[in-house]
This record gives sequence, C-alpha cells and structure tokens, in this order.
Amino acid sequence: MRHLLSISDLSKDEAILILDTAIEMARASDGPMKKLPTLRGRTIVNLFAEDSTRTRISFEAAAKRLSADVINFGAKGSSLSKGESLKDTALTLQAMGADAVIIRHSASGAPVRLADSAWMTGSVINAGDGTHEHPSQALLDAFTIRKHCTKGGGDLAGLRIGIVGDVLHSRVARSNVLLLSLLGAHVTLIAPPTLLPFGVESWPVDISYDFDSVLPTLDAVMMLRVQQERMSDLFFPNAREYSRYFGLNRDRMLTMKSNSIVMHPGPMNRGLEITADVADSARSVIVEQVSNGVSVRMAILYLLLAGAPTEIGGNV
Amino acid sequence: MNNSYLLKGGQLPNGEKSDLAIDNGKIAAIGESLDVQTLEVIDISGCVILPGLVDLHTHLREPGREDSETVLSGSRAAVKGGFTAISAMANTSPVADTAGVVEQVFRLGQEAGLCDVFPIGAVTQGLEGEKLSEMGAMANSIAKVRVFSDDGHCVSDPLVMRRALEYVKQFGGVIAQHAQEPRLTVGSQMNEGIVSARLGLKGWPAIAEESIIARDVLLAEHVSSRLHICHVTTAGGVEIIRWAKARGINVTAEVTPHHLLLTDDLATSYDPIFKVNPPLRTEKDVMALREALAEGIIDIVATDHAPHPAETKECEWQEASFGMLGLETALSIITQTMVHTGLMNWEQVADRLSIAPARIGGYSDHGREIAVGGSAHLTVINPTATWRVDRDLVASRSRNTPFHGMELPGVVEHTFFKGVKR
Amino acid sequence: MSAALSAAEITRALTRISHEILEKNNGSSNITLLGIPTRGAHLATRIAKIINEIESCDVPVGTLDITLHRDDLRTRPPKALMPTLIPSAGVDGRDVILIDDVLFSGRTIRAALDALGEIGRPKSVQLAILVDRGHRELPIRADFVGKNIPTSRTQSVAVNLSEIDGQDEVLISDGEAN
Repeated sequence: MRHLLSISDLSKDEAILILDTAIEMARASDGPMKKLPTLRGRTIVNLFAEDSTRTRISFEAAAKRLSADVINFGAKGSSLSKGESLKDTALTLQAMGADAVIIRHSASGAPVRLADSAWMTGSVINAGDGTHEHPSQALLDAFTIRKHCTKGGGDLAGLRIGIVGDVLHSRVARSNVLLLSLLGAHVTLIAPPTLLPFGVESWPVDISYDFDSVLPTLDAVMMLRVQQERMSDLFFPNAREYSRYFGLNRDRMLTMKSNSIVMHPGPMNRGLEITADVADSARSVIVEQVSNGVSVRMAILYLLLAGAPTEIGGNV
Repeated sequence: MNNSYLLKGGQLPNGEKSDLAIDNGKIAAIGESLDVQTLEVIDISGCVILPGLVDLHTHLREPGREDSETVLSGSRAAVKGGFTAISAMANTSPVADTAGVVEQVFRLGQEAGLCDVFPIGAVTQGLEGEKLSEMGAMANSIAKVRVFSDDGHCVSDPLVMRRALEYVKQFGGVIAQHAQEPRLTVGSQMNEGIVSARLGLKGWPAIAEESIIARDVLLAEHVSSRLHICHVTTAGGVEIIRWAKARGINVTAEVTPHHLLLTDDLATSYDPIFKVNPPLRTEKDVMALREALAEGIIDIVATDHAPHPAETKECEWQEASFGMLGLETALSIITQTMVHTGLMNWEQVADRLSIAPARIGGYSDHGREIAVGGSAHLTVINPTATWRVDRDLVASRSRNTPFHGMELPGVVEHTFFKGVKR
Repeated sequence: MSAALSAAEITRALTRISHEILEKNNGSSNITLLGIPTRGAHLATRIAKIINEIESCDVPVGTLDITLHRDDLRTRPPKALMPTLIPSAGVDGRDVILIDDVLFSGRTIRAALDALGEIGRPKSVQLAILVDRGHRELPIRADFVGKNIPTSRTQSVAVNLSEIDGQDEVLISDGEAN
C-alpha cells in the first residue's frame, strides 16, 4: 500500500492487518511507551482544506507519537484560502519534501487527484473528501466494533450493524459500508428515501425505512450527523419529524440488545439525530471512538510510511 | 488552372471507386480513370471522399475567451478534423444575442477563411432565459442566423420556450434546445447512477434531460414549429424523440462523438477531462444512441467542441469546467463506433455529419451530394489507417481532449473548402 | 541444511542458561524476563518455567516487540506488530533479562535497548541468546549463550520451536541470510 484513498483499495487481510496493528499501537500508547521513534525524520503534512479539528488533531497526535515531523497546512489564513489551486499546493508540498500528505477536502476525489497526478510523489491519506469517503474513520469504527462486539481479533462476521441517517451526503457511511461488509458484517442502512443514494439497491446492504423494527436486531448502531441545511433542500420536512422517525432517543435505546453499542462519528447534533441521554449513556462509545482514532491512524501511518518505499502503483 | 486537383483512386460514399477532379472551387469531374489536367494530382487510394463535414454545435470562445479558442484556431481544428462548416455557439462574452456580435463572429470566420463559420444566436438575452433576444435582427444580418440556442443553459421556462418556437417560424429558424431541467440538476457533477453514488459526486439524472425533451416536442407540435435537441445522451431521450417523430412532430436531434464512446465510469479517476455537460452516461445509453443514430432517430452528429484552458481542468472535479474538445477527433470516433462496428456505411456517415446538419442549419452551400458542378467542400478520410491522439499536437488552443493517448481509426487525409486544400 | 542443535540440546542449553541467570543474579528475586517476539518470547516462557521449578517462585515474564524501534524499517515491507506485554511490576530497578533466539548483527538488541529505555530504568539489562552466530555490527555481546555457531554471512540460521514450528531444532543452510 502506498496511499489510503478508499476502503475499496483494501483487501480483507490488509484491513485486518491495520486493525491488528492498531491494537499494538493502543497498547504502546496506553503503556509507558508514549513516543515511538518509528517515523523519525519523516515529514507529514496535514493538508486540511476543510475545517475539521478532530480529525486533524487525531492524525497529528498519531504522527507525533511515531516521531514524525508534522506540518499543519489549514484552510484559514493559508494560501488555500487565497484561491491557490490543488496543483500548486501539491507542487509546494513536493518541494518541501513531504513524505505523506493527509488531506481533508470538500471536493470528492481531491485525494485521488493528488495521488494520481504527477504533482507529488509522497503517500496520500484521505482524511475525508466531500461526500466520497473517510477511510480512517471507518477503520476506527470497525476497530471499536471489533473491540466491543467480538472476541477481539479477526473479522466482523455475523455482526449486524445499522447506519442511520444522511447516507446520501455521508463519506463516513460510504467507507463504513465498504469496510464493514468487507469484514463480513451485515449492514442495514436506515434512512428516509430522500437521504439514500441513487442506486443504493446495488450496495451490499439492506435498506430499511423503519428504525424501530431493525434496532432491536443490531449489535451496533451508527448515527450519522444530519446537517441543518438539509431541511431547506427538501430532504425532510423538519427536525421534529426527522427525530421522531430516525432519531435515537432513550425509548428507542431501551429496545436494543443487551451488549449492543451506540456510535457517532461526531460532531453530534444533540437533540436531532441523537438525544443527550443516549449520547452520554453507558452504551455510547462515542468518546472511545476518538481515542481509538489515534491508534488506528498510528497503524495507518506505520503501515504506509515505515516500510520500504514501493514501486509506483505497487502494492505490498 | 488555379487550385485544381485530381484525386485518384478514392471511393465515393456509396462505395463506387472513382476519381474526382476539382477546379475553381467546384467539382469538375467524377469518374473512373479520369484524365484531366490539374495543378496537382493526389493519390487517395483506399480513402473515402465525403462531402465536407458540417458541425452544428461548436464553441469558439471568441469574443471573450480568446485564450481558450479563437475563430481562427477553431477553424484550424475544424479543417484538421474534416469540417468545412462549423456553427459558433452563442455563449461567448458578450453573448451572441445581437446582430452586432453574430456579424463580428461571421466576419472573423470569413477572415480566417479556412471553413465557413455560421454563428448561432442566443434565444434569450444574455442566455438568462427570460427575455427573447433580437432573433429577427440576427436572422436578417449578414450572418443570416437560422439556428438559435442558449446552449450551456436550458430554455427552461415553458412559456419562453413556446414563444421562441413560435417567433422563429417567421424566418424559418430552429430552436436548438440544451435539455436540462435546472431544478433537477442543481450542483450536478456527473450522471446520476451507481458510479455517482459510489464516488460521492452529485448526480445528474437522465430524466432532467428527458423531461425537457418531452415537454419541448409537445410544445413544438402545439405551435407547429421546428425543434432541434442538442446532444441527446440517454436511451430514454431517444425513445421520446422516436415517439415524436412517429407522431409527425418536426424535431431533429444530435449526438456527440464522446457520448457514442465514453461512459460515466471514467469519472472513477476523478479526472475532470471526463467532465462534460450533459454528462457521460452508461453503456446502455451509449448503445441506444448508436442504434438511434444508425436508424436516423438521431439525425446528426455534432461535436459540442468545448475548449477550456488547462487550469480549469487540472483541479478537483467539482471545481472543473464542463466540456471537451471534439472537432479533431469526431470523424475518427464515428469511424470506430459506427462504421467499424457495421452500424453505418459511408453514405450514412455523409448524411449524419454533413448532409443532415447542413439541412437543419440551412447551410445551402454545404452538405450536398457529391456531384459535378457542386461546391468542392470535400473531406478525404483513410478509414483503415490509425493515429494516436496527442493533446500536445492539437490545432485547438486548448488541450482538453478526453481521447489523449487513444489509438483511433480513420485519418483525415485532406479537407477541401471551396475547392482549396486546407 | 544441517542440524546445529537437536531438541535435547536446546532443552539442555535452556536449562543451563536458567541456572546461569540465577547464579549471576543471586537468585530470582529481582529478575524480569522479556522475550523478543516471536521465538524469543517462547524461549522466555520456557526459561521462566525452568527458573520457577528450580526456585519455586513466579518470575515476572513479558514480551518486548521492537519492530517500531528498528533502524532498518525502510529496507523491507512493514511487518505486523507483535504484542509488547510488560509485567505489572514494570522494569524500574529490575534486573531485566532480554531473551532472543539468534544474535547476529546486534541491531535487534540495540532496538530492544531503545525500547526498554522508553519503558523505564532497569537496574541492569542482560542478554540471553540461544544461538550466537557472530558477525556483530554493533558493540553488543550476550551474557548467556546456548551455543556459539560460527557461520558465514550468506548462511541462514533457522530456530524452530515446538510451540510454533512443531518441533525443536536449529538448522543451518546455505543461501540468503534471513
């Protein structure tokens, strides 16, 4: 692997290797070995053309624990906000000798463009692009699910996982559908038809419009953020009606299986897709998702950057 | 004996082997083993002689964006691709919505002198879809505009469309509609389908095109006017046009070379070289379009040649401009997709790329059967030779060809405009 | 390929090393065994068992994966990580015995010393090795050696252990060093 652009680039074995590696990274971080010398001398650029404090900090923490040099290149106040093109930014990063670029961008496919172009030679890690994918988030979600719902290793075969809400605009959902089904889980998308992508029937998932009937069967339920502006775009009538049918509240939570968990990639709209008492309940692993994120991203950085540079396009 | 040529060993569109002599701008003789004195004898063994190609849909960017294309550079690209007449779309800056602008473009074409450049007038002022432009003045100008289009924008208001269709009847004009329902395509990036859902690019549903085609054929029927549908891309659109024609509605339609070859899965690369309006569709649509063109449900091929500067394509997909070059590759793409597949013969190619578009546009000197005494607008193609498309070698000022690197059949060997080799 | 150590010889060597460790450290009270995965970890478990039998004690034993501390990461594809499990008493003030199967260039042990330095400050660090094949590239030596086996650089040494390989043996073969 040279880049991490989409979950579809991963084999099942590679995905499991990332999760297994993350276990050891977590062990190292939880124990006395806070700082590892693994990526000493490597330069990693956090190119965040779209604001995302939590993902940027998570990658930054991961890179620093592996002793990489981290350069943050954000949207506000940088040349990006002055209309510099992706191409010129990439040429600049190349000239600075970036070994890897972690990119967050509002345009779907921007990381693919960066990786496939001749503009730069380093590794490209997709930290969320438009409404396309967010592979590291899916990996940390799978890591969290595996930790809570399995004996700890291997795949997710037999687990039932629900993804609820604005699938249409969610890069988290796209990456999770690919990864969770790759790992053998049974995924159900639960959303109003307006928030499901065209042709979703061809995805390896079940579709339901009835949250209440599916929820009691799930091992994990993943609530997606619903953006307020969707209401004005006619995707649903108003927040009240959305919450009534697709929000996770206390009454619904009580119908869940005993060991099942509640997840949310953040940032949450408390009161819209999830109520505060659910978000703060014992079933909620939302805060743990954040800490798992650092371990998973350490694993990604280690596997992409620590080894021998591979041939262009070659996979190891 | 000025500019006289003897083309030896070629083949006419109907398959007959024949020599052809050109003298003083006219076709002087046609026949086997011609023995006439000409300035130049050209061996065209194995080649097909077609009436000069006519493009009803070209973006030349002059006035306004001369960095992307000028009338002159576009004319060069046209001739290289075998075209002897092209139609300059109205979405220039300023918009071609007055007699002044269309006369300027027409004169620039005359000055370039490589092929005929027929301006298309805007239907509405500033392409804004609200007030009719001075179509009468454009029709009566030296440019003699007969085709009107807001291309790039759909004339989406049904009342405006109705009035435009009615109004152009007085001078035998035609409205060329860019069929795109705007509310169904807000922010759209590519064909709405399985690929767009996976890539997270906003979808552009086929019905956004089909619903406008359906509405407009009904309007054209109601007001007994003439309608032309630009760049049809969907199987559903073909079915509506088939229905309309069977009903006797006066509608014609075009398809672009790229929609006959390329599909939406090319967007997987996120390379905006494949970003075009209307978008690339599915394999099923491509096959339906090919059949419709062969059948004549779709009347013509038009390039929708749309030059763009590099910086508007070397970027993120959603930031990039829509459009691709077409003039220099059109005949090769048709050779590959329609002739070599056995769907069409050369007579049909002559019809779809020359005779029919000239008829729709009212370009009376173009698109004639090859006959003695006719104007010598001719294209000579070697259908078996191949060439590799190289964006660095295009005649256009822009390089945005999606066919870069492809090996294509059909080499345009010569283009004669007014009896002169260009 | 030839056998350098048989199963019985391996057992005898580990027993001797166990005694030597106890002798040098005046018993088992302050020692902590850390095996370097994969095979060093199994050897540590075996040595711990022998020591526990001799001394009727429960000597702390753990593992120390040094992959993330290697200086040759860039020369090969990234490896899957193995667990690092430090006994709850930690390493501060302890006499830590690092245990590995083969001592060759010394780079693994250097990485292990680096890793150990991140974890704490042992009173001393000692090294027990089943096979010392020579060719050191760093000033590192073993305190306890099962067997010295002179090799050429192009030969390879394979330590097989019953826990993972089915049987105990040490093999030497010509060809690419591993």
